[in-house]
Amino acid sequence: MKVLVGVKRVVDFNTRIQVKSDGSGVQTDGVKFSMNPFDEIAVEEAIRLKEAGLATEVIAVSIGGDKNQDTLRSALAMGADSALLVKTDDEIQPLMAAKILKNLVEQQQPKLVLLGKQAIDDDANQTPQMLAGLLGWPQATFASKLEIDGDTAAVTREVDAGLETLSVDLPAVVSSDLRLNEPRYIKLPDIMKAKRKPLEVIDLADLNIAASASIATLKTSAPPQRQAGIKVESSEALVAELKARNLV
Amino acid sequence: MNKILVIAEHANGVLNSSTARAVACAAAIGGEITVAVLTTGSCDVAAQAAGLEGVVSVAELTNPGNAQALAALQAPQLLEISAGYTHVLAPNSTFGKDLMPRLAALLDRPMVTDIMAVQDARTFDRPVYAGNAITTVQVDDDGLVLATVRGASWPPVVQTQAPVTVECQTSDIDLPAHTRFVALDGEQGDRPDLQAAEKVISGGRGLGAAEHFALVEAVADKLGAAVGASRAAVDSGWVPNDLQVGQTGKIIAPDLYIAAGISGAIQHLAGIKDAGTIVAINKDPDAPIFEVADIGLVADLHEVLPALTEML
Ligand SMILES: Cc1cc2nc3c(=O)[nH]c(=O)nc-3n(C[C@H](O)[C@H](O)[C@H](O)COP(=O)(O)OP(=O)(O)OC[C@H]3O[C@@H](n4cnc5c(N)ncnc54)[C@H](O)[C@@H]3O)c2cc1C
Repeated sequence: MKVLVGVKRVVDFNTRIQVKSDGSGVQTDGVKFSMNPFDEIAVEEAIRLKEAGLATEVIAVSIGGDKNQDTLRSALAMGADSALLVKTDDEIQPLMAAKILKNLVEQQQPKLVLLGKQAIDDDANQTPQMLAGLLGWPQATFASKLEIDGDTAAVTREVDAGLETLSVDLPAVVSSDLRLNEPRYIKLPDIMKAKRKPLEVIDLADLNIAASASIATLKTSAPPQRQAGIKVESSEALVAELKARNLV
Repeated sequence: MNKILVIAEHANGVLNSSTARAVACAAAIGGEITVAVLTTGSCDVAAQAAGLEGVVSVAELTNPGNAQALAALQAPQLLEISAGYTHVLAPNSTFGKDLMPRLAALLDRPMVTDIMAVQDARTFDRPVYAGNAITTVQVDDDGLVLATVRGASWPPVVQTQAPVTVECQTSDIDLPAHTRFVALDGEQGDRPDLQAAEKVISGGRGLGAAEHFALVEAVADKLGAAVGASRAAVDSGWVPNDLQVGQTGKIIAPDLYIAAGISGAIQHLAGIKDAGTIVAINKDPDAPIFEVADIGLVADLHEVLPALTEML
């Protein structure tokens, strides 16, 4: 079973986000970038499937500029077998990303596509579902547990009401939630090994995918900031304050 | 004139309040609002939707495949009826997040996630970077607008009006058999629903152990509050996942939010930005939660929570 896993390069989750004063976006100069945490979990899951003898090959794919090669090298260091970068300097929105991934799926014929449930930059939470829709495949989003059994997968999903389990036929698209696993720590020898693994770069233009309708971003602004209020000294004072404000 | 279709979220014969929140957003867009209710045939939910303020019609689609809300089965049914609308909206709950992008892909349309404000019928504000920036986005062609609605930004419309007519349609399209519901493991406790509650008290890693969550629950029961948790508390296995508040959990806007033993990581704060009053109980005076708390108490929660239970 071949597994395709998508990785996006995003502003590191520990970064304090600064909105540019001209409203054109958030500050990315001199900011640390990392693999989207949800994608890291997807890569980890794919590698665990391989280690368990359920997957034969793990291909990591990314869409974006040359710097995404670093992100793909991280996926290779974690244990992916090969990597594929679809190179473009354009902003790629979820519908287009899904179309690109569909194209790669048709070329690579994986039985499972693992993607992070959302990227922590645009927080869109769309690409996995769109890809599944375009392919006409089952989707199991927000997965916290994945069990492959022959041609089906049992997936536990984190939904608002609790944990939902679905059974889906393979091939399928699964999107990872935080509790699916804890990604491994990359060790130095793995980074050295990753340098020798194949990383192919294809130009987006060569895939001949027609442009999709997209959504225009008119401006980016800072959210209203909450201000620190008062400090109280004791539980009694807290209760008194809550009563004074008619909150209890 | 805009024609807006709002997809209803419901379970066990009850309309979820997220639907009334999405209708509130539809009303801000302005136009004729229809609610689509996908069921196996019982009309209870459609009747509830028919009473929502501002709704002009309810389209009930019945199909045996609607026993559970599975995106792969519901998207094709919605594809059938989407033509003729200018907007299709759904709540940004796990239900809407799962369904809407799939429908958008079938329609070959882009989609707006998480509308928090309406600028005009095609221009919306939405949060990015866990709510640390807000983008104003525009669907700048004349095609169908598809979006999910951020519940915490839209107080639900009320259930007042005399019910409008419900049009029943049986959907006889072939639905895929590749996706099957197996089970839902969720606790239906007596406490109020986290997303609808006016008061919420959450516990974090500072509680130290699963059994200490009882301290939070005792205060919750005194206040009639819902119980929430930080990711650290959920990851530790102290409470189920559906209690998680934050970027990847629930985004809530109660009148009162009490955080006990929660440091205030940006991902957690993303879930409570719209709360009325935030109270923080933390023994570390430098915990970032105090930067956003309206009322802060630097103290050990093991003393404070029992005292609150006593006094409230
Ligand atoms: C992609 C991503 C998404 C995430 N999504 C979420 C999310 O949705 N929700 C979420 O909550 N987190 C989320 N996180 C995790 C987040 O970054 C924090 O790790 C998490 O919120 C920390 O939980 P906590 O505050 O309970 O624990 P800690 O940060 O460990 O804080 C514990 C606090 O308890 C205090 N404390 C300890 N003992 C006591 C005591 N006896 N009395 C009083 N106070 C005490 C400490 O001073 C400390 O401030 C996400 C992280 C990532 C990377």
